[in-house]
Amino acid sequence: MDVLITNLGLLINATLIATPPLLFAGLGSCFSERSGVVNIGIEGMMTIGAFTGAVASLYTGNGWAAFLIGGLAGALLGIIHAVVCISFHADQTIAGTAINFLGTGLSLFLCKALFDNSSDTPSHDPSAALPKIFNGVFETGSFGYNVLNVYGVAYLVFVLALVCWFVFYKTKFGSHLRAVGEHPEACESIGIDVYKVRYACVILSGFLAGLGGAFVTLATVNQFRPAVIVGQGFIAIAAVIFGKFTPQGTTFACLLFGLCSGIKSLASMSNAVSPNLISMIPYVVTIVALILFVGRANAPAANGKPFVKAR
Amino acid sequence: MKKKLMAVLLAGAMVFSMVACGGSDNSAETTTDNGASASTTEETTDNSEIKIGLITDVGGVNDGSFNQSAWEGLQRAQADLGIEVNYLESKTDSDYTPNIEQFMDEEYDLIICVGYQLADALRNAAEANPDQKFAIIDDSSCSDLDNVSCLMFKQEQASYLVGYVAGLTTESNTVGFVLGMETEVMNQFGYGYCAGVLDANPDATILQTNANTFSKPEDGKTAANAMITNNADVIFHAAGGTGLGVIQACQEAGIKAIGVDSDQSAVAPDTVITSAMKRVDNAVYDSAKSITEGSYAAGVVTYDLSMGGVDIAPTTDLLSDDVIAAVNEVKEKILSGDVVVPATKDEFEAKYGDVYTLDDK
Repeated sequence: MDVLITNLGLLINATLIATPPLLFAGLGSCFSERSGVVNIGIEGMMTIGAFTGAVASLYTGNGWAAFLIGGLAGALLGIIHAVVCISFHADQTIAGTAINFLGTGLSLFLCKALFDNSSDTPSHDPSAALPKIFNGVFETGSFGYNVLNVYGVAYLVFVLALVCWFVFYKTKFGSHLRAVGEHPEACESIGIDVYKVRYACVILSGFLAGLGGAFVTLATVNQFRPAVIVGQGFIAIAAVIFGKFTPQGTTFACLLFGLCSGIKSLASMSNAVSPNLISMIPYVVTIVALILFVGRANAPAANGKPFVKAR
Repeated sequence: MKKKLMAVLLAGAMVFSMVACGGSDNSAETTTDNGASASTTEETTDNSEIKIGLITDVGGVNDGSFNQSAWEGLQRAQADLGIEVNYLESKTDSDYTPNIEQFMDEEYDLIICVGYQLADALRNAAEANPDQKFAIIDDSSCSDLDNVSCLMFKQEQASYLVGYVAGLTTESNTVGFVLGMETEVMNQFGYGYCAGVLDANPDATILQTNANTFSKPEDGKTAANAMITNNADVIFHAAGGTGLGVIQACQEAGIKAIGVDSDQSAVAPDTVITSAMKRVDNAVYDSAKSITEGSYAAGVVTYDLSMGGVDIAPTTDLLSDDVIAAVNEVKEKILSGDVVVPATKDEFEAKYGDVYTLDDK
């Protein structure tokens, strides 16, 4: 029984490490996609957020400030994506791909320029990371330590998911953003500024993706290097499609992916099964989930289609 | 549209994860640094006609590990010996052959290939050009050719020393080991570490995990958290980027971590007590020197403790004097041959039994 509880604690701990970056990025992607702008550049926005967050923590020494600055860096890329896709009606998939290259390339370039040609940033002090809640309250390795003594943001992101759900379904902005993703012409005819709503959503998606990236360098590890963001952005987008483009669906999908990643890491402990088979778990679950659910997911009708204002 | 989007997504995820497997550096181009030339004037012999080229694997010369260490060794050779040095970075596996050919066209005296991934390209080039001298790091498959020098390392000796530190330092009698990938060379880290721990502390339990990736810090963190939950108080990683998560988990829990390849003390100065170092720079420097002295020899050269090829990190701030003394003592024993560190499954199990479990398939 004790073993069971201990392992359950570890599994929750592992899920709380792997899920938040995906969920931040996934919620961001929800806003963008539902407003009708495909944002494939989430990965690049996460990378720039991770890099900027790490650097900001070195210079400010304040985890929360660094976290927000990481988000703002993502928002900057979001602005570029918004201008290109909304004002200039560019192909959104191509623009997003370019954002991915820009985000990873710019991070590496700036890193080498700032830190003596090194592709890693120096590690920051624990006091400059995000704070942990209940630090020192529980005995190291106990159930409480594993479940509660985690980075506060790992819990806050679920509150954020709730807020997103509220914004989507209980506010005027939410109904506008859902409407412009389905039928922008109709929205324009009743006086909703389609561009304004879409701009807000795309920039917000960049901001949230940046926060997701910053979580990795401020709470999972203590420095930036190119290997810290590899594919999380794409998994987040998959979670959005799998979650039927809703904040609540995305939350469950991200939790599932995070849980699988945790099961994978813990299953390698036993050495009973070949590690190569265990490494397949998250991918197998993703494929099975996509086969079972994605067929019925409904993308917003106007998603991916540039909207040209009537004159 | 949705299907198309999905296809693009999955393809994108694949490309990104493949890039990640390849190495930690995303340098987009194969670069040449032609600015480097000899400036030393007080040399008695003029070596400025000698040109030595380094070809990295997909990691690039700033990877903070292996390739970077090799390039630093060659730069030191340039400063000390007055030779001309240069490097080419390989962006993908398909760059190895063109990079080797470029150096051959420019008539380099020695071409050094970093990493076993270049072995096939090197073999083809070396067989076709018997007069060209080559060297390769971490691979012995070309040792039958008389124009290739294979630079191998006894990483098990460095791992033994850090294992010895772990065995002496642990208070809970439980230590951990996180492996990046299960290969012959990587297992040598495990054999050496387990042997060192058990020789220092026969009662110690060694928790082991194969993370099976070099680029997922979150997996390393979870593996380390699981070990910490099971009472480990010292954890050694040989897992590249995954190991960053291991060190972070140790720092958060206030236990001790042991780094790998270079002195990783800077990653977490209050947590990383020591590191198992692999001095690729020394091996590259020696190869360069052998060319200037005309003593180049083909075949396998194994860099061990006595040659400064592997070592325990110089940073000892977090170790007690007793531990430092004991490690220096056991180091002498390895040098004198009194202690032989196992490097293979058979050697290890003959002495310690089936303690190291990550090599079981």
